[in-house]
Amino acid sequence: MTHDSILASQPHTPSRRQFMRSVIYGGLAFYGLPAFARASKPPLGHVVIVGAGFAGLTAAKYLRAWSMGNLKVTIIEPNPQFISCPQSNLVLGGSRTLDQLSFGYDLSRKQHGLHWVKDSVTSVDLANKQVQLTRGNLSYDRLILAPGVDFNVSKIPGMPAPVADIPHAWKAGKQTLQLRQQLESMPDGGVFVMTIPTGAYRCPPGPYERACQVAHYFKQHKPRSKVLILDANADITSKKGLFLQSFNGTYQGIIEYHNNSEILQLDTTSKTIKTDFETVKADVLNVIPPQLAGKVAQVAGLNNVDGRWCEVDFVTYASSLQPDVHIIGDSISAGLPKSAHMATSQAKVCAAAIIDLQMGNAPNPLPVFANTCYSFVDDQQAMHVANVYRYDPAKKSMVSAEGGGVSAKASTQEGQYAQAWAENIWADTLT
Amino acid sequence: MKQVYASMLWACAIIWTLSAQAEDASAIHTLAASCAACHGPNGNSLGGTPTLAALNQDYFVQRMQGFKDGSVSSTVMHHHAKGLTSAEITALASYFAQQPRQTPQALPHQSFQGAQ
Repeated sequence: MTHDSILASQPHTPSRRQFMRSVIYGGLAFYGLPAFARASKPPLGHVVIVGAGFAGLTAAKYLRAWSMGNLKVTIIEPNPQFISCPQSNLVLGGSRTLDQLSFGYDLSRKQHGLHWVKDSVTSVDLANKQVQLTRGNLSYDRLILAPGVDFNVSKIPGMPAPVADIPHAWKAGKQTLQLRQQLESMPDGGVFVMTIPTGAYRCPPGPYERACQVAHYFKQHKPRSKVLILDANADITSKKGLFLQSFNGTYQGIIEYHNNSEILQLDTTSKTIKTDFETVKADVLNVIPPQLAGKVAQVAGLNNVDGRWCEVDFVTYASSLQPDVHIIGDSISAGLPKSAHMATSQAKVCAAAIIDLQMGNAPNPLPVFANTCYSFVDDQQAMHVANVYRYDPAKKSMVSAEGGGVSAKASTQEGQYAQAWAENIWADTLT
Repeated sequence: MKQVYASMLWACAIIWTLSAQAEDASAIHTLAASCAACHGPNGNSLGGTPTLAALNQDYFVQRMQGFKDGSVSSTVMHHHAKGLTSAEITALASYFAQQPRQTPQALPHQSFQGAQ
């Protein structure tokens, strides 16, 4: 595949005849028969996907598989490799390396016949169905945006721009290593301060898992050190009872949890934070910034909920503003946790719906999917929250089915399940 | 001429039937795909959780109904089984029974290249 061949592709406007052919071959494709008469143009059109994280890669794979190759799929991704956010807190705890969470894209790209452009989107021409890249442009029949989250650092009082030695490490990568190094360099008796923003953010239990991982490291190597959580929320937002078992049990005297502790002022030089109740000085400071839909969703002007998240139709994941642009994963506005499993489940519903729409069929009006999320409290023990979600047409949203819930307690058995979860979701996404 | 109409009707009927069946198939393979996060691509687990591909249909239903009504104890699965309908459990059993059991591919591990 060359970059030029992609840039040369034209908007796909199927004639009536092509359309009927699509319906027939598409219908046959579901029955395992080969797509024997391949037109020069892909029979079901061209889908461009922005972002190769859990959501984007999964959508690409299932669009190709379920259309039996009758859809052309192009991924636009600037990064050279896939880094898993799940388990990246364990790098801070010391039981995983970043290498163990890093993967190549080549296998997925080759085996699913994906076109790949290593570039970034600079703007989206919604009327002409084109994305502008830093080098050229691309036409699409349908566009999927899967950019994950962006960080609104400027909302933090006293921190108008990112500060080099205050990593958020909320996207796994070099900041994860930087934060780990800061913890290693910190003298015993030091204080690690982590702040949690209000409102929706990626991975609701993630900050509390991080606190446990840092405390696990301190307990082994720097037992006089402390973890202070300044949570702007009124309470622990996920797996509360389970995290309290750890905070008040194994990590009593190490982890201190302060709620309603919004940052009123941050001095980035002295790493001092003022809240309504106190002024604290950190030895290692981890400010998790407020978040919003990824940049490309902002550039396309589709972040129509509070200027932060994107409103979508949960049957097709089409933007409420633009029916041929679909948005999946952490960027959408939903009463759903922003998790990797959720992103892949949404990607599959979106892929099935796009194939139906391109075939001229109605998508499944009542999608159902599952979400399972594990958090590690140390190097061995984990706990879960698991739910089935089904679409409620009256509420126009995905609603948690009855019977979901959390672990009774963290355990090593669930630690093994959590590892199995990671390996299986990596395999589903990357192979 | 009658024959032409008859074959056109027949063709329409086939397309209609195929689309209707494809719709149901599409709904169940989308739900089944959601199980992959823990049970691997197409039900072929990399280990640590049961492989669902080519699993005996009756056994699948028996276990899942047991998780659902509480007669079979579980750590995690009751939270999923209770949220599914009996019809969904039966359809998932049939879907996974038909999937080929395959050795999962190795994960494409790579060392961290320092970006992102």
